[in-house]
Amino acid sequence: MSWMRKDLLGLEYLTREEIELILDTADSFKEVSTREIKKVPALRGKTAVNLFYEPSTRTRVSFEVAAKRLSADVINIATETSSVRKGETLIDTGKNIQALKADIIIMRHNCSGAANMLARALDISVVNAGDGWHEHPTQALLDIFTLKEKLGKIKGLNVTIVGDIAHSRVARSNIWGLTKLGAKVTVCAPEMLLPVGIEKTGVKTSSNIDEALKNADAVNVLRMQFERDEGAAFPEQLDYFKRFGITGERLAKAKKDIVVMHPGPINRGIEMSSEVADGANSVILEQVTNGIAVRMAVLFLVAQAREAKA
Amino acid sequence: MSILIKGARVIDPANKIDALLDILIEDNKISKVAKNIKAQAENTIDASGKIAAPGIIDMHVHLRQPGREDKETVVTATASAAKGGVTTVLAMPNTNPAMDCAESIELLKGIIKKDAKINVLICGTITKARLGKELSEIAALKKSGAIAISDDGCSVDSDELTLEAFNKAKQSGILTICHSEDKKLSGKGVINLGFNSTRLGLRGISNESEYKRIERDIELAEKAQAPVHIAHVSCRESVEIIAKAKKKGIKVTCETAPHYFSLTEDALLGYDTNMKMNPPLRSKEDLAAIKEGLKDGIIDAIASDHAPHTENEKDIEFERAEFGVIGLETELAVAVTELVHSKILDWGELVERFSVNPARILGIDKGTLSEGKVADIVVISPAEEWQVSKGGLISKSKNCAFLGRTLKGAVDYTICNGKIVYKR
Repeated sequence: MSWMRKDLLGLEYLTREEIELILDTADSFKEVSTREIKKVPALRGKTAVNLFYEPSTRTRVSFEVAAKRLSADVINIATETSSVRKGETLIDTGKNIQALKADIIIMRHNCSGAANMLARALDISVVNAGDGWHEHPTQALLDIFTLKEKLGKIKGLNVTIVGDIAHSRVARSNIWGLTKLGAKVTVCAPEMLLPVGIEKTGVKTSSNIDEALKNADAVNVLRMQFERDEGAAFPEQLDYFKRFGITGERLAKAKKDIVVMHPGPINRGIEMSSEVADGANSVILEQVTNGIAVRMAVLFLVAQAREAKA
Repeated sequence: MSILIKGARVIDPANKIDALLDILIEDNKISKVAKNIKAQAENTIDASGKIAAPGIIDMHVHLRQPGREDKETVVTATASAAKGGVTTVLAMPNTNPAMDCAESIELLKGIIKKDAKINVLICGTITKARLGKELSEIAALKKSGAIAISDDGCSVDSDELTLEAFNKAKQSGILTICHSEDKKLSGKGVINLGFNSTRLGLRGISNESEYKRIERDIELAEKAQAPVHIAHVSCRESVEIIAKAKKKGIKVTCETAPHYFSLTEDALLGYDTNMKMNPPLRSKEDLAAIKEGLKDGIIDAIASDHAPHTENEKDIEFERAEFGVIGLETELAVAVTELVHSKILDWGELVERFSVNPARILGIDKGTLSEGKVADIVVISPAEEWQVSKGGLISKSKNCAFLGRTLKGAVDYTICNGKIVYKR
């Protein structure tokens, strides 16, 4: 099969085959980063623009590295210093970038659906680097890629996602991706952080982390954010660590080879203890490395799809 | 001026008429409704195969004037209404200035007198500046011509103040229209609370935020023995609560809008801001309950909640976009398509929801084709299909939930006060 989409907006919109194609393409790009000269000419002459409306270092840098290893030119736009501050609308900003003859916009935005809207308005590719609580597809793809690399397959795996499911785009993208590939997913959170109807995606829900870890082949630990405006509804940090924090003690009762993932940046001592973050089961830094290959695959595929159409 | 409508299927449920008849209009009034009227008229409309009915009385319209003439004006809104077969609108008071005092109402009356193509009735506010803090001078509003009061867009949170408003409204003989929403429950929600709000990562608005407040509004109206009208009912529990209250003999009436019986929350899956309104599009079960309520007569009226917004306010990030859609030009066709052609309502029942009942609720002498009444009439091609397009809309704003949809039922003529105000 071949990739036909100009954009990557979310894993909800992809078929199993499309997700597998990205993973396979990422697999072939992974080797590039191990070369003496870490570069291939796949996107030479193409321009990728990082358009970030929310502060982010790791995702932006990962995309930048990925684009550069494909030989694309990369422009970074931080909205604090651009005309966005002067009240320019998102669509106007997008159309201006398109008029510069850029090929791909990689966007992070605090509003859910912002990438969908931009993609509709533009002819050039839009890659969603996280929109509100909606999706963060490349994060989920790199999580799945890492998991597959560690355990050889996704189908039939028990994967637990723990944390603020309600407000997490990482959780949503992981749920869509993992369930499409045949994993059995459990989401674990305090009752108030489980969003309405989430079980309709095919996941199980739990508010007891020890139970949710029992048969898990992997656990994906989400970053807890206590600074949101719904603050009052959130459990206390220490209380959260006590009830849901991933500790050595908890892991000792889980499967011996359980894979521990985290999208970063880690709040040590809040959602995960240092002992676990740095421990033998943790693949957190491998996730970062794999993120480059996955993002190279995504940039390559969307650019190719546009070329095929033109 | 005289007009003769020949051979129409005349639907006039107030007079229990559904027959092929002619209608003669003279001196702005309906002078005769009969078979084969032999009269010379200045204008003869061949209406064979068409329906003639009382013009629509849309009791929920945002004209935006004064204050937001960039969204809509009395000129454009009433032209849009005429195109949709609407001959009377009730103008919601959330303008700038708000319709909270006699001076503002006089200002709007002046604009209407100069610019309106159809009848425009005025709704005053319940509280000053719609802030829910201090009651407007309700008697003065009534005296200057307001026929109802509402803080539409907001609900008055204080039970005490709401009860006082019902008491004052009763004394003044004016209807209270409630936008029933508990903002403590709906919060910053932007779409219906449910699986779709979870999928889309958007904050949800629960059914509870609507029906709990309807329950309270009805309870306080009952206490005051005042009539109450519930605006834009969207969910099943609300219909149940209103049904119970009506059974108990409480003087409650309500309306729904075409989008609540034609679209569900699934329309939101692409983050289309033209599907963003308050209350939000609900679930399939809610939509079924709204249709059922219309059929049973629990829901008395259909009103558009015509809410124009500029593209600048809609063509932006979903959660930042304004709530509301326009509806004057599509409400009849949406209802014909979704209710009549799918056999939920017959034509007589449809005309009751669009004209007879709104007239009764508002206490105005309209909604019938009786001889001697002012001629507000719509002539419709019931099976004619047309596609809704931005270019075809004459409202100043284009935030329509039905863009691209093919609808059945087209307005051929709208006659208001005996004059043809729209001809297709």
